[in-house]
Amino acid sequence: MKTGAKILIEGLQREGVETIFGYPGGVVLPIYDELYNSSLRHILVRHEQAAAHAADGFARASGRVGVCLATSGPGACNLVTGIATAYMDSVPIVALTGQVPTSLLGNDAFQESDITGITLPITKHNYLVKRTEDLGHIVREAFYISRTGRPGPVLIDLPKDVSTKEIEYEYPENEQVNLRGYQPTYRGHSRQIDKAVEMMMEAERPLFYVGGGVIASNASAELLRLAEMTGIPVTTTLMGIGAIPCDHPLNLGMLGMHGTRYANYAVTESDLLISVGVRFDDRVTGKLDTFAAQARIIHIDIDPAEIGKNKRVDVPIVGDSKTVLQEMRERIQKRKEYDRWLSLIRTWKEKYPMKYPRDGVLRPQFVIEQLSELLGGEGIIVSEVGQNQMWTAQYYCFRHPRTWITSGGLGTMGYGFPAAMGAHFARPDQVVFDIAGDGSFQMNIQELGTVSHYRIPVKVAILNNRFLGMVRQWQELFYDRRYSYTELPPVDFVKIANAYGIDGMRVEDCNDVRPALQAAIETDGPFIMDFRVEREENVFPMVPAGAAINEMIGGHTG
Amino acid sequence: MKPHTLTVLVENKPGVLSRVTGLFSRRGFNIESLAVGTCEETGMSRITIVCIGDDAQIEQVMKQTHKLIDVIKVSDITENDRVERELALIKVTAEPGSSRAEIMQIASIFRAQIIDVGSRTVVLSVAGDTEKIDALEKLLRQYGVKELVRTGKIALLRGAKTVKSAK
Repeated sequence: MKTGAKILIEGLQREGVETIFGYPGGVVLPIYDELYNSSLRHILVRHEQAAAHAADGFARASGRVGVCLATSGPGACNLVTGIATAYMDSVPIVALTGQVPTSLLGNDAFQESDITGITLPITKHNYLVKRTEDLGHIVREAFYISRTGRPGPVLIDLPKDVSTKEIEYEYPENEQVNLRGYQPTYRGHSRQIDKAVEMMMEAERPLFYVGGGVIASNASAELLRLAEMTGIPVTTTLMGIGAIPCDHPLNLGMLGMHGTRYANYAVTESDLLISVGVRFDDRVTGKLDTFAAQARIIHIDIDPAEIGKNKRVDVPIVGDSKTVLQEMRERIQKRKEYDRWLSLIRTWKEKYPMKYPRDGVLRPQFVIEQLSELLGGEGIIVSEVGQNQMWTAQYYCFRHPRTWITSGGLGTMGYGFPAAMGAHFARPDQVVFDIAGDGSFQMNIQELGTVSHYRIPVKVAILNNRFLGMVRQWQELFYDRRYSYTELPPVDFVKIANAYGIDGMRVEDCNDVRPALQAAIETDGPFIMDFRVEREENVFPMVPAGAAINEMIGGHTG
Repeated sequence: MKPHTLTVLVENKPGVLSRVTGLFSRRGFNIESLAVGTCEETGMSRITIVCIGDDAQIEQVMKQTHKLIDVIKVSDITENDRVERELALIKVTAEPGSSRAEIMQIASIFRAQIIDVGSRTVVLSVAGDTEKIDALEKLLRQYGVKELVRTGKIALLRGAKTVKSAK
């Protein structure tokens, strides 16, 4: 005989889970009791939101399903932002929540919340387990749904009596999960792939526009092969960074609102946009009708609902990026030269490089550039949300997929620090940095408790400008410098870190940046750097909201 | 923008209807009519939804609906040859005397059945397509409709074809 709690823990282990992030409470006591003797490692966070972000960071860094656990009511509700973050960026996590006993369901019982109802729009699927007998296969289904097709979060709500009840149960060894309503398409349509290849041969100014789908499908190597074989340049979305090495001659960097000028010009001038694992998000396209207006569009995505959602597409290909790119490569017979196109792009690159003033003032871009040089683009870099995120995307030279971890779709401030904890458990061999702002860091600053508790070697580089910088930037540019509620009072982050038993360093001078980063890398445990940067630095270039992406402001001078 | 009749085959599980309708409202689609019940296969239910939108919008909401794990198949049968029915129960004021006789006459023209007779009211049951029920309702208004309930449209493809077999 096994309890529901035991079946759950066994199910997690069978799915290959080693680490979970959670926070105990009343109705999950039976599960915690089972964890007490289990070989699963449980990381006790300081707020459930951090558990969800940590599971998410773990998933993005490893490509495996991340798991978080919270109690009912407030515990479950605190997961919501984390689940929504994972949903928007298609990250596979399984969230486990306790629930009041089935006899009290719907009764407004103590710490009851309808978490399956609440998370309906932000999960790929969710379950309220009513019978212990169903639990085993629900766990398997949840992991299967989470990691396959377009990945995403799945929530399992576990009433207390379902966890405590004992039943006869044997894990079904060779049973396949088969859901008639869920059959993802992995192989692209053969004729459509032929058509795409034909278009690549006809085009004069083709461009790859690649996003998070390429990272999720582990298609980066395949993309690189195809790009090199055809000589077609590549621009990546925020989520696609790392799909191609930053300094690769065919890489144009990021496109969109804070993309490079040359990437945005290339999109505008291209006659064929080969879109892979992207969703034509408004932060990428700017004004939709002028986005790639001269181009025919090929769109490869595993989610048919993304194709044609925002932009009319000429060749839709539903399938897994990796498989489709591979098939495209196999069908290409000759190499076409795009010399004029590539030389035009080179001219833009030379004329409009990414620059910022190098005048001895401590600027955030400088900090990121120094870190990039020091780590040689290696390591795992996690960011918070806002200016810190955009500068990191612009100035850190990423070389590998799954080394850049950021909340793209939802834009969740406070994501980075806990996600960095998760990334460490996924890749303990890698140094993990969280590039933060002073605003974002304070949104989950309580996790200093967790990194201190387990000595998680996360290095936090706070680009401290005492502003909610991105909002301040918009106020400066579009609201007549009326800094309404965006200024923050100074905080001594080193002192706070010290209070948690964590070392830190405050940096006010350019010359001290490198030594501080070096110290962070050399410290065994966590480390906090408080970079007192130029307060009113802006992220440039920038496409104002609603403008065409080639109508950029700033960034070409200085 | 025109009404589309969508047929959604779903797993017969708790919460499925709210998953489907929640998706429609969250993506900004108004449901004109909705009917749900079991179908020929055990464990499966069939939802018939009428909603208004242009072709691109309908395509998008169908794709999003199809993504729900518990949804097995979504079809737009608006352009197909099909039979449609809706059932309405209508309680009409019918004082004994001439108006009651008139109402019974109207009922017979519309092939509606009188299924309850009270001292001052009658209840009519009528099945047909939406237009027919609309027309009957309009005619009965002059006598005083005290209560009215409609099931929402249900539809089947004509001939041997089924939504499961159709591509």
